[in-house]
Amino acid sequence: MKNSLGRFVPEGFIPFKGADTLIKNMKRVLVPEVTTRETDKVIRTLSDLFDLIPITDGMTLSFHHHLRNGDGVLNMVLSEIKKRKLKNMTLAPSAIFPIHGPLVELIKNQNVTSIYTNYINGPVADCITQGYLKYPLVMDTHGGRPRAIESGELKIDVAFIAVPTSDHLGNGNGIDELSACGALGYAISDLQYAKKKVVVTDHLVDHVSLAEIEERYVDYIVKVNQIGDAKGIVSGTTKPTRDPVQLKIAKDTAQLIDELGFIKDGLSFQTGAGGTSIAVALEVQKRMTEKKIKGSFASGGITSFLVEMHEKGLFEKLYDVQCFDLDAVKSYKKNPKHLPMSASEYGNPLEVNPIVNNLDVVILGATEIDTKFNVNVTTDSSGNLIGGSGGHSDTAYGAKLTIITTNLVKSRTSMVKDSVTTITTPGESVDCLVTERGIAINPQRQDLLDRLKGSKLHLLTIEELLAKATEITGVPTPLEPSNRVIGVVRYRDGSIIDTLYQKSEEQS
Amino acid sequence: MKIASAGTMESNDCMMTVREHAGIQIEIESIVLKQFGKQIEYVIRETLKELNIENIFVQCNDKGALDYTVKARLVTAIQRMGEKHA
Amino acid sequence: MLQNADIFQSDGVIFDLEDAVMLSEKDAAVHLLDNFLKSYAFENLEIVIRINQLDSEFSRVELEQIVSDKIDTLMLPKATAKNTNALSKMLDKLEKSKKMNKKIGIIPIIELASSVLEAKEIASVNRVNGLLLGGEDLSTDLEVERTEDGLELLLARGLVVLAAKAYKLDAIDTPYTKTNDEEGLNKDSSYAKKIGMNAKVCIHPNQIDTVNTVFSPSIQEIEYARKVVKAEADALSTGKGAFTVDGKMIDKPIIDRAKKLLDKAQRWGLL
Repeated sequence: MKNSLGRFVPEGFIPFKGADTLIKNMKRVLVPEVTTRETDKVIRTLSDLFDLIPITDGMTLSFHHHLRNGDGVLNMVLSEIKKRKLKNMTLAPSAIFPIHGPLVELIKNQNVTSIYTNYINGPVADCITQGYLKYPLVMDTHGGRPRAIESGELKIDVAFIAVPTSDHLGNGNGIDELSACGALGYAISDLQYAKKKVVVTDHLVDHVSLAEIEERYVDYIVKVNQIGDAKGIVSGTTKPTRDPVQLKIAKDTAQLIDELGFIKDGLSFQTGAGGTSIAVALEVQKRMTEKKIKGSFASGGITSFLVEMHEKGLFEKLYDVQCFDLDAVKSYKKNPKHLPMSASEYGNPLEVNPIVNNLDVVILGATEIDTKFNVNVTTDSSGNLIGGSGGHSDTAYGAKLTIITTNLVKSRTSMVKDSVTTITTPGESVDCLVTERGIAINPQRQDLLDRLKGSKLHLLTIEELLAKATEITGVPTPLEPSNRVIGVVRYRDGSIIDTLYQKSEEQS
Repeated sequence: MKIASAGTMESNDCMMTVREHAGIQIEIESIVLKQFGKQIEYVIRETLKELNIENIFVQCNDKGALDYTVKARLVTAIQRMGEKHA
Repeated sequence: MLQNADIFQSDGVIFDLEDAVMLSEKDAAVHLLDNFLKSYAFENLEIVIRINQLDSEFSRVELEQIVSDKIDTLMLPKATAKNTNALSKMLDKLEKSKKMNKKIGIIPIIELASSVLEAKEIASVNRVNGLLLGGEDLSTDLEVERTEDGLELLLARGLVVLAAKAYKLDAIDTPYTKTNDEEGLNKDSSYAKKIGMNAKVCIHPNQIDTVNTVFSPSIQEIEYARKVVKAEADALSTGKGAFTVDGKMIDKPIIDRAKKLLDKAQRWGLL
């Protein structure tokens, strides 16, 4: 069957009907929270833990991704699964990175046959694109995952929660010591609703300063030598771009935000951690400083640049779901206005007032965007799985102004297409596209177009941008994806917005 | 043997290598092979026609070069081959 | 990446076949540029080619290949009165043999002490429509260091401005080489404008915004540009080919620059 965007949806799944359509009729029903009765929680080894619970074939294990590409915990658990030759396991890590390469073997040998995640990149992504995962990959958004967990749709047997510092009862945080990673927003729903919760730490203490992880939920604690590699944990932020094309895009984006009237007191803002996003943040900072603007908050993954803006008084608060670098971790530790938010508080569409709904402006990327402004951040133009929504669909929905920044043409490939390979975020949530060759505004936003009358910015229609790109690259031979379904892309409400296909012979 | 090349392996460029050969033989590797492989071959063949060349082996290693770059690299490689002595 | 030439909102782009290209790649560069220019058309962008020195081994072949209706201006390094005249004559021949519709302009780079002293003769060559001060090479010729306040170039800048204005040409200032220093660029550009330079070369796209802002046209410049544009319209309507304004023959680059100036003035809200 097809969904409202014309995309195929496999049997047994609910088709996407629109960003609001299903949500408005959805009641928030929570399964009961699971608290612990354990008192003697410290277990010597992971192996002992597997015996104790016990962890058996077919179980669902979850993980958070606050240690990013420095994570050691998922691999430790995989090692144990492999040793015990467990089969048909379901994994629900909130994101998967290149460091999780060992998972490839377990997928190929069907130790792991099902995966739920919000973002995936590296050898595991390639392996799934090639069709090795037995059951379809399920991709959620950062806001949709807590929705699935709290409603009981995604039932977790054991949640493995990497916690940099923990006491003997399971109170813990991510701000101290060796493997400090900052806020632990993505672990909260797992902590509340999984059947069994296991804290994995490399720093066991008698007393913690802050309990973002609360003891009442924690069943077991396993102390290991290192939960991850510090270098890989806080390397998420790059420096602002020096590429002149990216800088032009960044400047034009700040100009656009200004002309649309958003640089004013109370501004709430979110942007990513990539080079261009940082450059945009710096340009916005310039304008805010010039106009003496005080914003209300900056949110999302927090970088040192946002911390700087906050410390300069440009934003009153920071809402943090994850820290991308050490400066962000330090700020989170000492600054009472640098606040944590769980993934649910951040973007769960069933929360009464998720942070994303209070956002004025969000700057996002894209691997592709089509003439209906549908955005792809899940696959590249060759059909490779390279990412996933993360918070893309959530913020795009909630923000008053959603801006996508991207080069128009990269290595003979146009980012603007007639139709994107995979839809991650629907066009109705996307307002503007800023490229080095001009800016396109979604025709659904006549109000924005009106505000831009007489602008010095180079505005064109998205069709004109596509034509310009084609003029430069030439007309590509279209790629035909194969028909074999290897996964689904779920929108925040759990409906299927698009399907993922095995990379065809033709595409590879 | 007369052989020469032009271009680089940088993004948006292609490495074009030509050598003596009976008849025309073209080999193309490209990061956008499916999308533009046919077009790259077309540009190569048209350029060879323009230059009245009927005997050559062309190897193109492409990193997203546009048509003008493909043509330019081929022309340069052929010129360099002609300047070399066996 | 040549295809990104027109996205940065400069008035012209200089494609450099001289110092930016190593010896072993001079042949490749010409082919690349030639094929690039044949493939794309640019609106509102003066296409300038910095050719190799006229006495170099590449020069003749390069000129033969690169001169076409697709370009507007040649930038001549180490310009002297002698070689500027020589280039002008070469262009006469090439335009004729190639049956070109355009008359290619010349921007000589004044980067030798001797050239500064003969700036007037250089400026007087008919095809010349601007003089560029080459501050880095000139400092080397003067055996001094380049400095932030540019004292070493004081006289040279002044002479270039005088020669250019005497012949109603563009006086183009030497680039500011610290590409990360926006404030320094602003100071340097403002100074240049003050002493009469009306344009500046940028060596990084990030410099373009500042330079555009500083060199925005004055009322007099706008007046002159209006005169040129009107004279062109008059000449066209009366079927006249060539025409003059204030005694100077106006050729296409000057008309284009005038139109661009008015265009920019419009965009910058100055009209």
